[in-house]
Amino acid sequence: MARMKFLCDAERCIECNGCVTACKNENEVPWGVNRRRVVTINDGVVGAEKSISVACMHCSDAPCMAVCPVDCFYRTDDGVVLHDKDLCIGCGYCFYACPFGAPQFPQAGAFGLRGKMDKCTFCAGGPEADRSAAEFQKYGRNRLAEGKLPACAEMCSTKALLGGDGDVIADIYRERVLRRGKGSEVWGWGTAYGPGNPGAKPPAQQPQPSGQRS
Amino acid sequence: MNRVFLAVALVAFGLAACGEREQVIEPVSEKRYQGKRDGKPWDNESPMVELRGGKWTKGNQASWEEQIKIRQLAQHEHKRIYQ
Repeated sequence: MARMKFLCDAERCIECNGCVTACKNENEVPWGVNRRRVVTINDGVVGAEKSISVACMHCSDAPCMAVCPVDCFYRTDDGVVLHDKDLCIGCGYCFYACPFGAPQFPQAGAFGLRGKMDKCTFCAGGPEADRSAAEFQKYGRNRLAEGKLPACAEMCSTKALLGGDGDVIADIYRERVLRRGKGSEVWGWGTAYGPGNPGAKPPAQQPQPSGQRS
Repeated sequence: MNRVFLAVALVAFGLAACGEREQVIEPVSEKRYQGKRDGKPWDNESPMVELRGGKWTKGNQASWEEQIKIRQLAQHEHKRIYQ
């Protein structure tokens, strides 16, 4: 069973905001709502600038789900965290609980009336008939039901943003890091079990029979 | 008497872990979800014309997962170059 995740490679992200634009266009997200955004640190500092693309991370133990007073969140079989807009009361608790600032609230009306929460759906639509007009209007495109991945990840020009089954995209990223020849210290053994002896290297990759690797 | 008590205590301590249940992440609120049920992506016909990498059989989860995996691997430059 797949568990859908996003993974952003900070070494590759060039802050083009293509993912943000793709998301906006694909889901026809209203003005003022950003399901996805690019965050940059050390902006303008030569050699120290890093960007990553952030949206809902579809947490395995989602805090938004835990705090919702009307329990409008659910998780699909693929691990995508979605919500029912018919139940949402727009209280904003999920916004305070989310460490990524993923929940968004459309500002409708002159007095800043807070509408129902909107967030990244991993392009999986919502609890309406798949690929229906109602689903598109409320939640955006259901690309998973079309056999596709989220638009942001699929159109990323540098392939910094990866989307899909956590195991598969982690394998892609791991292979990149090994080819780069650096970064393995932030991936795998060292992170999980500590740095070990000074100068120690991570264990060599075991050759695997073809067909088993993703 | 003390030996019997000690033996019982040791057995109880030793077998304590046998009663452990499997730990599965299942948030409480997810059980309480009262909203509309969502459909499964594999319960749809595959839009063949615009799809690259194959199709799936309607209602067959495994074939949909296979299709989506092909799509995921298309994000891997080395697999795209050498395929």
